[in-house]
Amino acid sequence: MDFLKNLPFFSIMISMFSAIITSILPKKAAKWLNTVVIVVIGILSAILLVYLFGTGESYTFMMGHFPAPWGNEIRAGVLEAGMALFFCIIMLLSVIGGSKKLEADVAEEKQGLYFILMDLLLSSLLALIYTNDLFTAYVFVEINTIAACGLIMIRQTGHAIEAAVRYMIMSLLGSGLLLLGLCVLYDLTGHLLMSNIKEQVAVLVANNQYQIPLLCCIVMMSIGLSIKSALFPFHAWLPNAYGYSTVSSSAVLSSLVSKGYIFLLIKIIYRVIGFDVFKNSRIIDILFVFGLMGMIFGSLSAIRQKDVKRMVAFSSVAQIGYIYMGIGMGTNFAIAASVFHILSHAATKSLLFIASEGLCDASGESRRMEDLTGAAYRNKIAGAAFLVGSLSMVGVPLFPGFISKLLFAQSALQIEFTKMLPALIVLGISTILNAVYFMKASIRIYTPVEGEKRFPVVPVKKQGIYGVVLVVFILLNLYLGTFSQPITDWILQGLGMFA
Amino acid sequence: MGNLLVNYGEAVAMILFAIGAANLLLHKNLIKKIIGLNIMDCAVYLFLAEKGYITGRGVPIVVDGVQSVEAYINPIPSGLVLTGIVVSVSVSALMLALTVRLYKKYHTLDLDEISMRLKKEEGM
Repeated sequence: MDFLKNLPFFSIMISMFSAIITSILPKKAAKWLNTVVIVVIGILSAILLVYLFGTGESYTFMMGHFPAPWGNEIRAGVLEAGMALFFCIIMLLSVIGGSKKLEADVAEEKQGLYFILMDLLLSSLLALIYTNDLFTAYVFVEINTIAACGLIMIRQTGHAIEAAVRYMIMSLLGSGLLLLGLCVLYDLTGHLLMSNIKEQVAVLVANNQYQIPLLCCIVMMSIGLSIKSALFPFHAWLPNAYGYSTVSSSAVLSSLVSKGYIFLLIKIIYRVIGFDVFKNSRIIDILFVFGLMGMIFGSLSAIRQKDVKRMVAFSSVAQIGYIYMGIGMGTNFAIAASVFHILSHAATKSLLFIASEGLCDASGESRRMEDLTGAAYRNKIAGAAFLVGSLSMVGVPLFPGFISKLLFAQSALQIEFTKMLPALIVLGISTILNAVYFMKASIRIYTPVEGEKRFPVVPVKKQGIYGVVLVVFILLNLYLGTFSQPITDWILQGLGMFA
Repeated sequence: MGNLLVNYGEAVAMILFAIGAANLLLHKNLIKKIIGLNIMDCAVYLFLAEKGYITGRGVPIVVDGVQSVEAYINPIPSGLVLTGIVVSVSVSALMLALTVRLYKKYHTLDLDEISMRLKKEEGM
């Protein structure tokens, strides 16, 4: 069974080399190769997940046969393998669901390039998930940023390029802070491998040495990664970047790219700094407050939007706020709730982006709310999918959004009173605000148009693969919402392996 | 205060980092933003190089058969600097390419003005 331990390495390498090969392939072949690569990596991750459930423990894999602390390492546990599988599923559905729109949005000769970026993005996400080396993580964070920037600007419109520049500016500040933070940490501990750093940090804390530099580097790494994942005060780049890129890009950016950084932060909390050290530094209170503010202000901005894609994008700010609130609560269970919300938000938000694209197309390419009136009757599958996504975001039972809200509320009850009260109150307010804009949009698309019909109806049978993708997305959401117990057990087991 | 004087290299690196970050965020001109980005990255490399240097020791390349660890500085930070330079070169190139695109479209380097014009386009 030892051979199976190579699978994380294979996954990263397959996606990276397929990106290189894609650069010389024609457009059609590039698309097929991309689909095949995502499927293969998904299958490999699933095999690894089953194997790890069998052995019940995580392992580290030496790269190039140099033992620690000199060599580079990969580490895999059930959480990592499951995340890789989940990311593959979401990416596959987003790419296929947006492929028709991609042909319309992107210039003919650039379409092959899009799949290079997708492959690179996948490989960097996998590396962020699996790596056990902090500096490797930094390098792949940068690759991820560059690929994401390409995905935003591939449409080549003025809006898209401006959004990409703004994204790069904030993102580079974030990675600069991350780099500085890990350099200080290397300076304090003398190691770059996560497990070695953790041992040394424990020694430093026990001897009460270098407390201020340690705090500074925790702050720099947390703030750096939260800038990159668009936590509330740093979210200015997000709405344009998600709103003006082609639909696959928005789905992938909102559901995978920002989540990869959050997953890296959770990994840093558990495996580099150590959970208790991180908890005792007051940075979690800052993340908690920012998260709460994001939950309210993200929703308030979303209510004001007249453009459906920008509304969905602003709702991401609120959902990222939820995740950071969970991290800020500082209990194991709350972080498990955050990880569950990563899954549920990824599944729901990509569904919403792809469904809203279908609705816009059925309304004469317009994205304005007024034109969307009655769109659900013109494109029935997209309408149903948008309704499912909205219900999930609001937190109606049967859908994943409800489960993550429930988990957040449960974990709020386990913490001290000064945090429990604001968490529960803001959770309530945010749910109401979510309901305001998502229900407003859903009611609008299900309002029949009076008088003459302005736009033709898109028949269900003509939708082809797009309709299939939406149905699979709806099923995925229902699965996450109804079979949540095994998933939370899996997350808790995976977090246990982190320690 | 004493520590600050002894580790003046690191202190300078931190000041440079702040200057670079402020340039990156506050300047309207895209080229100046990119210069700020490069100052910020270089500050980190200065910090790393400063951390790896040990006074009185040589470059970690074995010449004349001297193999003692005592003779050389720590090579790992230098390796990290090299990796970092590669990353920052590619990122700067990407930013410059985006700047060229924007300049060809709008004939200005002022990011705020470009945003204003985009808003107007949308309003029409």
